[in-house]
Amino acid sequence: MSQKPFLRIDNIRKRFGPIIASDGVSLEIEEGEIHSLLGENGAGKSVLMSMICGMVRPDEGEIVFKGQSVRFNSPREAIRQRIGMVHQHFMLVPNLTVAENYILGQGSALRVINDMDKVHARIRELSDRYALDVRPDAIIEDLSVGEQQRVEILKVLFHGIDLLILDEPTAVLTPQETDRLLSLMGDLVKDGKTVVFISHKLDEVMRVSNRISVMRDGRVVHTVNVGETNARELARMMVGRDVRMELPRSPEPPGRIVLSVENMTCRAETGLPAVRRVSLDVRAGEIVGIAGVSGNGQTELSLALAGLLPVDSGRVMLNGKDITGLDPARINASSFSHIPEDRHKHGIVVSMSLSENTVLQRYDQKPFASRGMLNRRVIGEHTRDLIKRFRVKSRDENQAIGALSGGNQQKLVVARELARNPDFILVNQLARGIDIGAMEFVMEEMLKQRDSGRAILLISTELEELFAICDRILVMFHGEILGDLPPDRTRLDELGLLMAGQTEQPALAG
Amino acid sequence: MAQVNQGVRETVYPQAAQPLYRTLSQIAISAVTPIAAVLVALACGAALLWLNGFNGSDIVTVMIFGSFQDMRSVGEILLKATPLILIGAGLCVAFRCSIWNIGAEGQLYVGAIAATLVGTNFDGLSVWVHAPLVMLAGALAGAAWAGIAGYLKVRFQASEIVTTIMLNYIALILTSYLVTGPMRDASAAYPQSARLIREAWTPRIVSDMRLHIGILVAIVLAVALYIFLQRSSRGFALRVVGLNPHAARYAGMQVARNVMIAMCISGAMAGLAGAFEVAGVTHRLYQNISPGYGFEGIAVALLAGNNPLAAIVSGGLFATLRSGSEVLQITSQVPQVLVLVIQGIVILSVVAFAKLRDILRIVA
Repeated sequence: MSQKPFLRIDNIRKRFGPIIASDGVSLEIEEGEIHSLLGENGAGKSVLMSMICGMVRPDEGEIVFKGQSVRFNSPREAIRQRIGMVHQHFMLVPNLTVAENYILGQGSALRVINDMDKVHARIRELSDRYALDVRPDAIIEDLSVGEQQRVEILKVLFHGIDLLILDEPTAVLTPQETDRLLSLMGDLVKDGKTVVFISHKLDEVMRVSNRISVMRDGRVVHTVNVGETNARELARMMVGRDVRMELPRSPEPPGRIVLSVENMTCRAETGLPAVRRVSLDVRAGEIVGIAGVSGNGQTELSLALAGLLPVDSGRVMLNGKDITGLDPARINASSFSHIPEDRHKHGIVVSMSLSENTVLQRYDQKPFASRGMLNRRVIGEHTRDLIKRFRVKSRDENQAIGALSGGNQQKLVVARELARNPDFILVNQLARGIDIGAMEFVMEEMLKQRDSGRAILLISTELEELFAICDRILVMFHGEILGDLPPDRTRLDELGLLMAGQTEQPALAG
Repeated sequence: MAQVNQGVRETVYPQAAQPLYRTLSQIAISAVTPIAAVLVALACGAALLWLNGFNGSDIVTVMIFGSFQDMRSVGEILLKATPLILIGAGLCVAFRCSIWNIGAEGQLYVGAIAATLVGTNFDGLSVWVHAPLVMLAGALAGAAWAGIAGYLKVRFQASEIVTTIMLNYIALILTSYLVTGPMRDASAAYPQSARLIREAWTPRIVSDMRLHIGILVAIVLAVALYIFLQRSSRGFALRVVGLNPHAARYAGMQVARNVMIAMCISGAMAGLAGAFEVAGVTHRLYQNISPGYGFEGIAVALLAGNNPLAAIVSGGLFATLRSGSEVLQITSQVPQVLVLVIQGIVILSVVAFAKLRDILRIVA
């Protein structure tokens, strides 16, 4: 390897409010390599790369590119230094053509438009060279996701770059498109470019990389040559951490089946398949966890169970009753409680009071309403009771819920959902965005619910959360349930492999 | 009342009953901001007049006090306030549900047409039957007209801003067609409908003033809508849908039904305002029966912070300014364009202060 690294990142730190996204990251990228960044959600991969390409400015630390210390104020400055990034969310104007998207913000628009023929010619030339199949006059919104991604990659090449950063490029691709992308990365390297590939899919990373860096909690914990490691080791590095809590398992064996999902299939709002023939059972007195990297169909699974997303095929049975495709009002009335993933979107109305938020589902039912009018005294008493029992820190029940901390908001949501006396509780991200104290509290509350015979399905991207309270853990990958494991820490790497989509142990050189 | 700490882990916050104090402070904020908005606007208007060579200081006295000369002029202000309060209070309900009904003007016209149809027919009914029937007809017609836009929204996701504006044109042109064609009073030189039957007229409060009981109806309905929004289950659902439709769906509320209800309530109020214009003021249908009450009603609701109770005050304020600007034109030779500019400044200032009030509410 050369003396001076192509790109050197030295002790970068970045905070967003209380969240530390980069906690002193150091990383070196060699010229002409494919360097993969591996890590769970929130490990800090995307933020780190956004700092290299000028989207985000680091608080501390240094970035040295081609031997020079650089500090970009915008992606355009990074492009000028020949660093380009393709983001997970495409940055294209949907109703413009490919060529028009490329010249946006490029110097004098009038001059460029006069040169439109040259722009088209150059796009065709690059498209042919890398077999990208991009037509310069195609309108973006007519293109498939895979095509749009090639348009994005070509855009970066069009501007001329030496370092290409791809942020989770395969997340939206079909297997065939993925193969194509991986071979394109090889072609780019042959042309003297350097590629940074962000992913959490082990097999892809193992296939294309020269070196792999694993990130965890805002730091690079390991950088290895691909020949010196294997998928199992990488998985352990990726997820391995101390589980902070061990809470008591259920003393009783689980009882009857409360929720039963049979071969359920549904699509995301984008129309793409998201949940593929999922079957699972949750019994009374049992907490079943679903682990997985986010974006593998967990959101759609929970929305479909709650009646917020149409089910394409399959059945959902609750207490032996078919609830498939019922509207949320009926599902809510069938002993079904739901602690939603996105609290601010679904769970609460931020500008309304705690009282109003506690009766969100039962605003027209006795005793909270009679003869069409809200019974404010009863609602107030009920809310005060929940505030006290769940130790929600608030001024009073008339305070807007948006004024509380995330943990206290979540406590109120949990309190509301448990107060509805459910048989089944669907939880998606129990402890997202809340402090340790509140987390411990809501987890203990879940265990109490389990011990009193309720059936709980806990979807989470936080392994800690799952290990702490689940009786068994299913792994969801690409819309399918891949495995069913006990929450046994010794099988952590097996879990990691399943989360990365590997159902059997790959035979790789150690 | 203060409370001792009950647990070791966390402080129990005092749960004293503060609602009265808090309600009062909210009302104070609601009341002070509109007045401040108008004062700032009038100050700007005064400066504008002064720059144009008029006596700027007159503007405040003329626009606010000029129209309060005697009981009769107060009656005229209340007459103008009637449609503004009705429409403003109705729009509060729609806006609270995040339904941007810009079509109150059209709904007013359709209400006026329906009121005219009922008021010119059914001879021989008593005033106790005929007058309320006219009001009911206006309200139903307005609700139905708004319901078209509501249906297009829930069924085809058509923007109600666009559809209600387009329905305004249809209603206005329909009125023109009717008073120049099928409903025209053949004996009149000017395009207008036949006169309403005496029993269909909205009863006056004092026999020698034009002011009719519509103002009382408007105030009662505004109070009723306030109670509906704040205290009823349905009103609660409307507010949740308006603030967070995702949470509404999660909670099992029927978003489409609530949208239709909010739309129809605001339409009914505008339709009723149209009925009162015909049955209470002109007693005939004309092409230009409304001087833009439907649009001014939007500003009334905005100034009221979408609170129907406050719409009574802000409706009265806008009526006062409307009368005042008429007086200003007559007494001081200020060109009408300048009066329009001043009215525009009032509305801009109202919007700015409405935003300021929302900020204050959060702080309070």
